Amino acid sequence: MDLTSHLLSILIFFPAIGALALLCLKGEDELFIRRLTFVVSVAEFLASLAMLLKVPIGAASYSLVEYKPWITAPPINYHLGVDGISMFLVILTAFLTLLSVLASWKGVHHRIKEFHVMLLLLEVGIIGVFLALDLFLFFVFWEVMLIPMAFLIGIWGHDRRIYAAVKFFLYTMFGSAFMLVGILWLYSLSGSLDLVTIQAYLQQNPSVLSQRTEMLLFLSFFLAFAIKVPLFPLHTWLPDAHVEAPTAGSIILAGVLLKMGTYGMIRFCLPLFPEASHRAAKYVAVLAIIGIIYGALVALVQPNLKKLVAYSSVSHLGFVVLGIFTFHAISMQGAVYQMLAHGISTGALFYLVGMLYDRRHTFEISEYGGLATPMPWYAAFFLFVALSSMGLPMLNGFVGEFLILLGTYQVHWGWASWAATGVILSACYLLWAYQRVFFGDVTHQQNRDLPDLDARERCSLIIFAVVTLWMGIGSPYITRRVAAPVDAVIQQTQSRYAEEAARPARAVIQAQDSARRVVSQ
Amino acid sequence: MVPQVPQTADIIRVLPEISWCGFGVLLMLLQPFLKNRQALTLFAMFGAAVGTLSTFYGHIGPGFFGLIQFDTYSLFFHWLIGLVAFLVILASDSYLARERLEPAEFYALILFATAGMGVLASAQELLTAFIGLEMSSISSYILAGYRRESVKSSESAVKYFLLGSFATAFFLYGIALVYGVTGSTNLAQISTADPNSNLLRLGLALILVGLGFKIAAAPFQVWTPDVYEGAPTPVTALFSAGPKAATFALLLRIFTTIHAATDFWFWAFWILAVVTMFVGNLGAIVQTNVKRMLAYSSIAHAGYTLVALAAVTFLKTDTNAETGPWLAYAAVLFYLLGYALVKVGAFTIVSEIGGQGERYLTLDDFAGLGTRQPFAAAAMSLFLLSLLGLPITAGFFGKFYIFKAAVTSRLIWLVVLMAINTIIGAYYYLRVIVVMYMREHKGEIASEAATSLSPTAAMVVIVAVAATLYLGLFPNHILGIVLNQNLLLSAR
Repeated sequence: MDLTSHLLSILIFFPAIGALALLCLKGEDELFIRRLTFVVSVAEFLASLAMLLKVPIGAASYSLVEYKPWITAPPINYHLGVDGISMFLVILTAFLTLLSVLASWKGVHHRIKEFHVMLLLLEVGIIGVFLALDLFLFFVFWEVMLIPMAFLIGIWGHDRRIYAAVKFFLYTMFGSAFMLVGILWLYSLSGSLDLVTIQAYLQQNPSVLSQRTEMLLFLSFFLAFAIKVPLFPLHTWLPDAHVEAPTAGSIILAGVLLKMGTYGMIRFCLPLFPEASHRAAKYVAVLAIIGIIYGALVALVQPNLKKLVAYSSVSHLGFVVLGIFTFHAISMQGAVYQMLAHGISTGALFYLVGMLYDRRHTFEISEYGGLATPMPWYAAFFLFVALSSMGLPMLNGFVGEFLILLGTYQVHWGWASWAATGVILSACYLLWAYQRVFFGDVTHQQNRDLPDLDARERCSLIIFAVVTLWMGIGSPYITRRVAAPVDAVIQQTQSRYAEEAARPARAVIQAQDSARRVVSQ
Repeated sequence: MVPQVPQTADIIRVLPEISWCGFGVLLMLLQPFLKNRQALTLFAMFGAAVGTLSTFYGHIGPGFFGLIQFDTYSLFFHWLIGLVAFLVILASDSYLARERLEPAEFYALILFATAGMGVLASAQELLTAFIGLEMSSISSYILAGYRRESVKSSESAVKYFLLGSFATAFFLYGIALVYGVTGSTNLAQISTADPNSNLLRLGLALILVGLGFKIAAAPFQVWTPDVYEGAPTPVTALFSAGPKAATFALLLRIFTTIHAATDFWFWAFWILAVVTMFVGNLGAIVQTNVKRMLAYSSIAHAGYTLVALAAVTFLKTDTNAETGPWLAYAAVLFYLLGYALVKVGAFTIVSEIGGQGERYLTLDDFAGLGTRQPFAAAAMSLFLLSLLGLPITAGFFGKFYIFKAAVTSRLIWLVVLMAINTIIGAYYYLRVIVVMYMREHKGEIASEAATSLSPTAAMVVIVAVAATLYLGLFPNHILGIVLNQNLLLSAR
């Protein structure tokens, strides 16, 4: 069997096999379970890197496509494919899962087997979401992913975990229920559930969707994605979910789960409903900008370190949404880049905050102070990651934000200038928090003897730091691969929109022609 | 007039009913001699299986001068109710032992009820349907009160009996009116009458009330929670799966044969569906008793199925294969199958957790089940997720096909309301899962239920789990059956 032709299936289901293997083990072999999960996730990560070799640079279409009929009525196919955008998101998922396993080495003490099973199943769902090219298949993964995440929060989370898990579940269900209706409606209009087929069909027959229908369909998809991103004012589940989730859960949640929303916008909302996207763009952009500023301001006043990082996600994801809905090639590239960069930086921030919690069992900023003295390594890494998160040049956060603002400025300078305040505010809340936690005298006696990073933590943070630095310097490696698919998305969005606009003009010309004919007769 | 004599073919077409009744009678006769409970269980299961498998012997066509119609449609429902009866009998074994109840009559009644449902599923004539309805109802009344010592069980039986008789009266009165208008009780002949006659509408509306009672459609649902809660749990499993499916079979047959594709019936089903969904789901939210919660959930699911019926009445005139009414029939059939299996599985677990006297049915009793009984908790979660309609379960495809049928009919508002109900449903289904996995158990634990499921119950649960996953992952095979355009011979 040719393995590479099934690479995507392997990527999706390999963690599931790992999870099955774990299920067969006894729950007492804690160390073995951790090691096995670690090996599985490393293998998965390496396999995901194989995509880099297989996906040609500059290809706008999907590579490594797999296509198998699954259900006959309605025609649902097992259709997978990867392009530059989804490729990096899959790699990011595999990377962060790997680090989540490391992050929960000491933080998770009970039901260890189930924890790792859930972690791997979550990976299955997320990677499936990024690779599915059939709307139905996409929806299946989208929903399947919910259960392990809700369990991760609900079983291994902190005090208010059940509330947070249920809230997370219901919010997402709310969006996805309407997305299912939208998918079926689209199917009844186009006769297909295959993304590529529908896209081609709609491009050829733009009259299938009336303006109102297109808008409603757009909203049914957009709502599900906006909840997941989360776009202001649908973000209220996020702080709860983040604060209550275990460290590994937070890393995955912030690192990749939120990106499923923005990915969905790029993959589905824009190409399928270009006109509606254009019409909704200014409202979405305003909400995104409100999210950027609001998220940053709330982060500024958080007494809880984890909540601060959570709200910073709201702010950063606002940039991504803004970048997508300006329909500018540069800003959309920036949006994709920001998705990846935010995954790394925020993943690392949650990891760091989790380490602090493992030691002191509190997230309150006021409980800390002067930590730089007992934990110099930790302080150094935290500063590095915080700087990358606030967008210091040479580090990963800068590239994305810069490209987004650059592109946005060319479309709408007002949006760009409002959004730019978010960059400043992010420096404020992160540096202020840093100052309160690390500088000055040690204010609490318990903090005096906190152990610094151990080898495992140091190794994983070094990996994070190297990736952060590489993404800041070597950004062309990624943008070159992202550029073509992004251009394709923009073209799909533009061409039909332009056609729509051109149609009345054509009608006028035809009318003039016929008038002339009448006159000449 | 030449007296009409039933032919062999007629007999063959009611072979399942004859087998079920025959084995029921045999069980009653055997009871004085056979004291071994397990032997009786096996015998009853054998009877259920023989009845179900005898459908393979029968051939398609009308029987008894058009009183019944044996077609793919009734074949499907015979399998469905036969399977439910088989599983319920298997699940009852440990229950009857625990509650020290007489097995023989219990099984005989289940088989009689099943025979009644079989008649319902193939009835092509209203009085035959009435006989089927009564057969299944009267057996059900007795089954509901089978736990004689329990006050709740008696209450359940009395309530069911009184309200059920009332509903039957409606049904009969409806038949009388229909007969008065059309001069016939045969569906094919009724279908030739003017569909806009107000008296015919009234008659059919009364029939709808009578059947609406059986499927627990709001506002005829008030009996459901009390009866479901009081009845012995395996019987509740039977109630929520068998009679419901059979009554839906009849309902669908009536309203596809007569000219129901009118605004009047469309809106009747539309309103019925919406009210039923909301009553069921909003009622379920506040329940702390899992059995009662599942009762309300079955009201909600009746509402979902009614959504598909609204699509049927809307689509009846369309002959296109992809958009025609077949899709909506398929949705109903697929849904009922998945739903029945899931409900049987879920109630079996509830019955096992309940312990002697069914004392442990509240949410608190389910706390910590994830650690005490990992298999039962995982299976229960799967059933609940299927009821909620999450992918890779049978319930998802059921919901998906109903959505699809309704969207194809452009019933977008109805679909949106159903989607909202799904979300409401998510809350209370999820709560059980949360309690099972995320809360620690407090207080006493039913000693019998503390360790694991009884082997027979575990078998039922395994079958239900396998079926749920099979229908959720590979629905092709069953779809091939239910998407058959000649499903309803009479609807051609």
